[in-house]
Amino acid sequence: MPKVCYTQPDGTERVVEAEVGDSVMQAAVRNGVPGILGQCGGSLSCATCHVFLDERHADDFPPVGEDEDDMLDVAATDRADNSRLSCQLVLAAGQEVHVTIPETQL
Amino acid sequence: MSTGHLLVVGAGQAGAQLVSSARDLGWAGPVTLVGQEPHAPYSRPPLSKAVLRGQATVESLALRSPAFYRDQHVDLVLDERVTRLELSGTGSGTAVAASGRSWEFDRLALATGAEPRRLDLAGADLDGVVVLRDLADAEALARRLDVADLVVVGGGFIGLEVAATAAAAGVRVTVVEAGPSLMGRVVSPVTAELVRAAHQDAGVRVLTGARPLRFCGDRGSVAAVELADGTRLPAGLVLVGVGARPRDDLARAAGLRCDGGVVVDAFSRASDGHTLAVGDCADLPDPTPGSDRRLRLESVDNAVEQAKAAATTLVGDPRPYTGVPWFWSDQGSLKIQIAGLAHPDDEVVLRPGERPGRFTALRYRGDRLTAAECVNAPADFMVVRKALAQGRAVSRAEAADAGVPLKKLLA
Repeated sequence: MPKVCYTQPDGTERVVEAEVGDSVMQAAVRNGVPGILGQCGGSLSCATCHVFLDERHADDFPPVGEDEDDMLDVAATDRADNSRLSCQLVLAAGQEVHVTIPETQL
Repeated sequence: MSTGHLLVVGAGQAGAQLVSSARDLGWAGPVTLVGQEPHAPYSRPPLSKAVLRGQATVESLALRSPAFYRDQHVDLVLDERVTRLELSGTGSGTAVAASGRSWEFDRLALATGAEPRRLDLAGADLDGVVVLRDLADAEALARRLDVADLVVVGGGFIGLEVAATAAAAGVRVTVVEAGPSLMGRVVSPVTAELVRAAHQDAGVRVLTGARPLRFCGDRGSVAAVELADGTRLPAGLVLVGVGARPRDDLARAAGLRCDGGVVVDAFSRASDGHTLAVGDCADLPDPTPGSDRRLRLESVDNAVEQAKAAATTLVGDPRPYTGVPWFWSDQGSLKIQIAGLAHPDDEVVLRPGERPGRFTALRYRGDRLTAAECVNAPADFMVVRKALAQGRAVSRAEAADAGVPLKKLLA
């Protein structure tokens, strides 16, 4: 099972076991991890699932897409080099991913 | 008081959010979430898209994992329809289901949602005249999408989403809208016309100002839709998407004030001052800062954000519900995103995109930006949502220059 470690802005961590094919957003929302809203359910319409992806996983996912890029530019919390919309981070078997949640999504 | 039994009636997006937020904020007592469908709370937007394409399952739509309900000690009760409430007047009471099962509660929240309006026309009960609200509806619709001709009655979000999905699957689709333009209640005529053109380019026939008169059957199944002007549209399947009415009957019968929805204040409290109502079933003060109207909002955003605010009321630290409402609708190649609530007479500043099929219509009341209708322009949507939420001005004169990205105007 893939695992995701979510770090809140205050430093608290929570590890969630996800299903293969779930996104980092879905795994958070389904397990009640605060700070990732994912209101649109993953259709790249809301940018409320912004995360900072640990640099060591940078090459483990497809690169930032055009819409994602546009939306990150104006995300509620300022974009960083490792910003992603977590609905675009789909988990594979055995993957372990670390992300940090920004201060605000709206 | 956050140690009593919280009963939430209605297991949709709002109900699921309310139990989650109540736990997050420290509600320590038992929590029961009762839903009338056989499924744990799931995401409804994909019903008109991925589910029709056979690309989603009840598991993939789940809003929370089974482990969530277990770990958070939420008693999830499915397939039970609450039909009667007895309220004590101090917040507590009893809820009784059609099955005879009942629950005593110390605090009640209604998240009963809305149900599709149906047309009172001859032939409306024919086989093949369907509505789309829940997963069972979507699965039934998906099974029938092998027809040659689909007629969609109603040119709103749901009708147009289904029209686009069906057309992409090779079905001949006609959309019949009674009003003068598509999505008339939610977007400007400018946006409506551009969206109409995109649907027509995708092969969908769009008739506005067209009124269905009756559904004609052949051996009990629908075969055609007859319009008021005499036009007869062949139809192996008819989707009626003409809006929804709030499910407020339970509340009304229990003596709570209802007026096209359960009437609540900014803290989501109904007229008894205790019972909460959230999501599609609630008639609420517009959460937009500075607005003094009342309305009902049928959206994921409202279900989630109102429920979060309502949870603060539950735990005795009430915060009013405020925010900029927003909506989205994916219609084939069109990603439509709307931030803010415009009045119908708000003016339109159109910003054509750098390529066809991409544009933003800004709505202004005088010099004040009230809303944006964005088509395939997610960055513009984000900018406007942020500007409205932070009360920042976007100059009308500058906004009219489509050569300058909107995000530059916020810098």
